[in-house]
Amino acid sequence: MEEAVRYRRERIDRGIKARSDTIYTLASSRDMLYLLFPRVLPIVALFCLPLLMGGSYWGKVIFYSCIFALLALSWDFMASVGLVSLGQALFFGAGSYVAGGFNHYLKWPMLLTIPAATLGGALICTILLVPVVRLRGVYFSMVTLILPLLFAHLIETLEILGGTHGLLSLTPFPNHWLAVYIAVIAVVIVLFGFRRLINEDFGLVLRGIKDDDRVVMAGGINIYWYKAQAIFISAAVGSFAGALMTHYYQFVGRSAFALDYTILPLAGAVVGGPGSFAGATLGSFILVPLSEALRALGGLRMALYGIILIAALAVLPEGIFHYIERKYHQFERVVKI
Amino acid sequence: MSDEIILKIENLTKRFGGVTAVDQISFDLRQGEFLGLIGPNGSGKTTLINLITGFVKPTAGKITYRDQEITGKAPYTIACLGISRSFQMVRTFHKLPAFKNLIVPLYSPRVKKFGGGKYGERDDIAIDLLDDLGFERDSFVPYKVAGSLPHGYLKRLDLARCIALRPDLLILDELFSGMAMSEVAATLPMIEKFNREGLTIIMAEHRLKELFRVASRVIVLNFGQKIADGPPKEAMGKEEVQKAYLGTEVEG
Repeated sequence: MEEAVRYRRERIDRGIKARSDTIYTLASSRDMLYLLFPRVLPIVALFCLPLLMGGSYWGKVIFYSCIFALLALSWDFMASVGLVSLGQALFFGAGSYVAGGFNHYLKWPMLLTIPAATLGGALICTILLVPVVRLRGVYFSMVTLILPLLFAHLIETLEILGGTHGLLSLTPFPNHWLAVYIAVIAVVIVLFGFRRLINEDFGLVLRGIKDDDRVVMAGGINIYWYKAQAIFISAAVGSFAGALMTHYYQFVGRSAFALDYTILPLAGAVVGGPGSFAGATLGSFILVPLSEALRALGGLRMALYGIILIAALAVLPEGIFHYIERKYHQFERVVKI
Repeated sequence: MSDEIILKIENLTKRFGGVTAVDQISFDLRQGEFLGLIGPNGSGKTTLINLITGFVKPTAGKITYRDQEITGKAPYTIACLGISRSFQMVRTFHKLPAFKNLIVPLYSPRVKKFGGGKYGERDDIAIDLLDDLGFERDSFVPYKVAGSLPHGYLKRLDLARCIALRPDLLILDELFSGMAMSEVAATLPMIEKFNREGLTIIMAEHRLKELFRVASRVIVLNFGQKIADGPPKEAMGKEEVQKAYLGTEVEG
């Protein structure tokens, strides 16, 4: 009987690849380029994009993408400690209102409000979330989902911090370029900073808490203290994004606590590929412009947006970044069995 | 072995609903002692370990460690006082290289207090520790992702994680379960060496032959109660213990 010839795909790691996490073999300039290319490319792209788009409408979209990328990075950082947040809007809103409040009531300049909002917002969020840091999984997520809604309602009903009107005529950025480049530089710093931090000893402890918090506790480490630190770092990034946006809009209102600032970063991180930070950034830079491009469709916009999201998750459940990473480090060939 | 009492347990009880997992257990443990903790499945060994290490809060009773009451304290506080435990089920960070698994205990306040494990030194300390426990440093084994290592290595990695904390009291929960005979034979002398160097050890184990080679004293549990306490031979000779183990209720 004649047997059918069968084929199978074989995946082979490219010649140069880290043998382990600590041993690298760098043989030639070609190998160096191989490793440098994926790191330099996003930096170059991030710095060139605003120049290409100029001060146009799409230039603004780049700014928004950076803001959402920062929120997505902040989500991804918390997720890598096992804290699944549904409340990036809390971080964003806290930063927005701290910056807006200092600028509106105390007339602080932008040079002070943004750092104050970054630290102050992070502190407020950490204090709010520390009591529930013992909750696990979905219970923690629920609390983070409720808190921004609570703030939006408090501001509305108590008429504090401008109430429903919000705080108007805040100090604007001197020009569009300053705003967009501050955002771009922040994204680059946070992206590479987080990627570095998570592989440091401190980051290993955080990842350990996600994998198995009992082992980390048996190792003599107060996991609640480390979770609080992770929340603070994550909230600082989210609050910074909020402060930038406040001064860019010259306005802060209840909408800073809107669900958009939770859902879009989350979608960006999941579509891009969670756990790598690069995925969260990439996802935001795909989803935000996409959502703007669909604006022309009017009412169908959200429906089509939803379909694209579902399709992306169905086709590439691991995330776009992980797919690209795999393709870059391995090549496939078809072999006869 | 000195006369100093390192761990004192008084009338320790834990009820889960209607089940009394640990029932009025009391014993003293002296510095440098090697205590075997045995009993049939479900007799309360792991619950007792969880109670001592703070993972489970007792219903009643008192645990004193070096004249300090630790009843109901958080697991990480107890670990930092010097009580280190292994887990019955293999619990490692399987995505990390084996030696990176030790970073967590090396990062703890306890190890920092000893002055070891500064920034950049922890990797070397981890490799040294693993080398002592049979992960040859010149091979790829310590650098491999933990998830790709065989079960025996993972068990020893768990042991290394306990030792990395520089404990005064080491509690091993069925370290040998699932290990091959050769692996047990290789690991046993290491544990004996730790004990000789002054480490107090409690070892819950089902592999009695190996346990009795190292343990000077055993406590036998059955249905949460202590049914025997003494040198291995004496304890195993008790009729009650034989009944619990073999179920020798021969009728007719």
